[in-house]
Amino acid sequence: MDSLTALSRRGFLKGATALGGGLVVAFVIPGAHRFARGAENQGNVFAPNAFLRIGNDNSVTVLLGHSEMGQGIWTGLTMLIAEELDADWSKIRVEHAPASARDYGLAGFGGMQITGGSTSTWMEFDRYRQAGAAARLMLIEAAARRFNVAPSQIRTESGVVIAGDQRASYGELADDAGKLPVPDPASIKLKDAKDWKLIGKPTKRLDTPEKITGRAKFGMDVQFDGLMTAMVARSPVFGGSVKSFEGAGALAIPGVHKVEQVPSGVAVIAEHFWAAKLGRDALTVEWDLGPNIGLDSQKLLESFRKLAATPGLPAGQAGDTQAALAKASKTIDVEYSVPYLAHAPMEPLNCTVKITQEKCEIWTGTQFQTLDQLIAGKITGLKPEQVQIHTEFLGGGFGRRANPTSDFVAEAVQVAKAAGGPVKTVWAREDDIRGGYYRSAFLHRARIGLGADGLPLAWQHVMVGQSIMAGTSLEAAMVKNGIDKTSVEGVVDSPYLEGLANHQVELHSPQTGINVLWLRSVGHSHTAFVMESLIDELATAAGKDPVEYRRTLLRDHPRHLGVLNLAVEKANWKAPLPQGHALGVAVHESFGSYVAQVAEVSQDNLAIRVHRVVCAVDCGIAVNPQSIAAQMESCITFGLGFTLHSKLTFKDGQVVQSNYHDYQVLRLNEMPQVEVHIVPSSEKPGGIGEAGVPPTAPAVANAVFALTGQRLRELPLQLSGV
Amino acid sequence: MLTLNINGKDQELDVPADMPLLWVLRDVAHLTGTKFGCGMAQCGACTVHIDGAPLRSCITAATAVAHGQKILTIEGLSTDGSHPVQQAWAELDVVQCGYCQSGQIMSAAALLAKIPKPTDSDIDQALSGNICRCGTYPRIRAAVKRAAELS
Repeated sequence: MDSLTALSRRGFLKGATALGGGLVVAFVIPGAHRFARGAENQGNVFAPNAFLRIGNDNSVTVLLGHSEMGQGIWTGLTMLIAEELDADWSKIRVEHAPASARDYGLAGFGGMQITGGSTSTWMEFDRYRQAGAAARLMLIEAAARRFNVAPSQIRTESGVVIAGDQRASYGELADDAGKLPVPDPASIKLKDAKDWKLIGKPTKRLDTPEKITGRAKFGMDVQFDGLMTAMVARSPVFGGSVKSFEGAGALAIPGVHKVEQVPSGVAVIAEHFWAAKLGRDALTVEWDLGPNIGLDSQKLLESFRKLAATPGLPAGQAGDTQAALAKASKTIDVEYSVPYLAHAPMEPLNCTVKITQEKCEIWTGTQFQTLDQLIAGKITGLKPEQVQIHTEFLGGGFGRRANPTSDFVAEAVQVAKAAGGPVKTVWAREDDIRGGYYRSAFLHRARIGLGADGLPLAWQHVMVGQSIMAGTSLEAAMVKNGIDKTSVEGVVDSPYLEGLANHQVELHSPQTGINVLWLRSVGHSHTAFVMESLIDELATAAGKDPVEYRRTLLRDHPRHLGVLNLAVEKANWKAPLPQGHALGVAVHESFGSYVAQVAEVSQDNLAIRVHRVVCAVDCGIAVNPQSIAAQMESCITFGLGFTLHSKLTFKDGQVVQSNYHDYQVLRLNEMPQVEVHIVPSSEKPGGIGEAGVPPTAPAVANAVFALTGQRLRELPLQLSGV
Repeated sequence: MLTLNINGKDQELDVPADMPLLWVLRDVAHLTGTKFGCGMAQCGACTVHIDGAPLRSCITAATAVAHGQKILTIEGLSTDGSHPVQQAWAELDVVQCGYCQSGQIMSAAALLAKIPKPTDSDIDQALSGNICRCGTYPRIRAAVKRAAELS
């Protein structure tokens, strides 16, 4: 957050009259001029990369540097601009901006244009408000000159400038305003929170009309004359390569135009998806399966278990844990594990590419525009700024569309290059499930000693799982002394360890040949399950109520306590439940937001039924409470999917699962009732797209323990029949 | 040539005999509102109506649609989002990424046409074949009930 504040202080605004009339306000990050400014100053002044455009028709168009993948920034970031602009909400339109690190780069991500890490709202909280405020000041100045009154005599309201009985709409003033200098953002006084009209008000999504009529365009929906569709046959084992192939069978399929080898496999290029699919089915490829043909889930778990018994790299350390453990009056020594997971967003990966001498145009749903530009530039021999990305709606991301290797974009560029014409490369669902870039499996081994008071005295915690960052362009920034922060987040920064005099956290980051990537809530997706289950185990060992035990341990953590208390109050923690039901609780901070959940479960033979999840969230300033509630519902659904069902396994080097029939996710009939309660707060905003995921698995696991006495230490949860 | 009645209009289409209706709609008729999600009738993103009944277009050959049968896609449900299901979806702010929603809406519309006042169990039966990875299920359930009131 600090670097962002510094950035916006250094930042300045650039104003210009938009092509076709109107006002454009853009922020430019100083120092980012290493990216050439292109043709924008030829002829009429025209700034193509702006946050905001006001048309003569009174329309206000927000150009979004972030990608909308369901999380609601299409609406939330727009609210920030509209708040300071005093815009007429009914005149607001939103578009994805053309990719540009110069205009939309984020200091917190080294100047790259990225959507991820639940950062959009808090990183842009000042910049988007300043963009709206600057435009408003320019409109006021234009009106002041037109009406011949002092700017201080002018007020604005819902898209209109008012001076006494004189009025002008923003559209009427846009041309004049566009000719004025842009105020220094440092000089702009933003509204006091008490004057906010939009921020904090539950606001409906702006993308609904397109998304309920089938008009919304996702990457998959890109079509234009001459566009071919390709599917790529990839090695069935990670790390394999093409030895030889026979394309005649594919070429015999009507509609198949070409069969080309690309670095990732063999591409079948056809007139439409169906021909590409049949063509791929008809291909004969001989693979060199490479070094990973022995990959096997059971053996992997065994190897992780062996590693956990050996010293890892130190990730967190205080006091003398071994000596303190020896003095404990009670010790628990347990192992937890979670499997590899695929993101499985509803829209299978796809990317459309058109390469000419001068540029490489890309249409896709991506979270990582800047890296995509760099990598596509390298493949085509073009400069990054010659790679134009049209960001389409993402049919879900969950991290899969933010890849440091830009795998699906890079492959599509290779295919278009080989095809010699524009191509949309489409993945089948099976390609997605078997395509790698998974949440890594993790194994945790914890030895915790309790003192006579029942509270933890010493905590030894060894983690084993693959590093997301190792070997990527982000390694230097994200891996310190061999510790990938995303592997250990949620443990090393746990409030339970913070005040504990003796603790020791160690990490092993084995390489397995499987590509791994962040999945919604990243390390917290497993660390919260382990930590909050462990705390429940300790409460049981100490003979304490799980809520009271947490209250004691979290006494110096008011925001954890706040959500914990709110969730248990709303869930009626002590009230009698229907026969055969039980409650479990978990509380976890991630992405700057605090979330507690109480889950109510029952069992139906060996199946776990979740009836209700009560969620309390403290995400600081709640910009759009409507969207926060929706994201908590979304996170809980996502969390329940991998709590109850999702699991990838490997046998003979290959992924066993292939589609939604055997890689199961949550369906509507299993959806519990969800209640979301938001803690009022004036703290800086936190992220909401992921923070609701971590507490779900442990809340359910703890409820299952309360119900059955079975402490399930492995995801997905599986009751045993005793 | 195959003649299909799509959204009230007969269309002559030149398609391979085994091509699923989904790809005829998307790649030949350029109606991209109907989505590809799994290709094996597991996710429901490709749901359309044939004579009012929901059908997974990803596993149905277009040639299996009999002459005279009426195919309805999301584009034909209403031209302006005014179908009661769409109205309820807007009112309850259901969508997130939106990719599955055409299929969800078509399944919900078919349910309400058959059972005007569905119970929770009716909704489970009609919509559990439609996956939403964003987790809009609680709002879908509420919106189906709201649409029943609006119908």
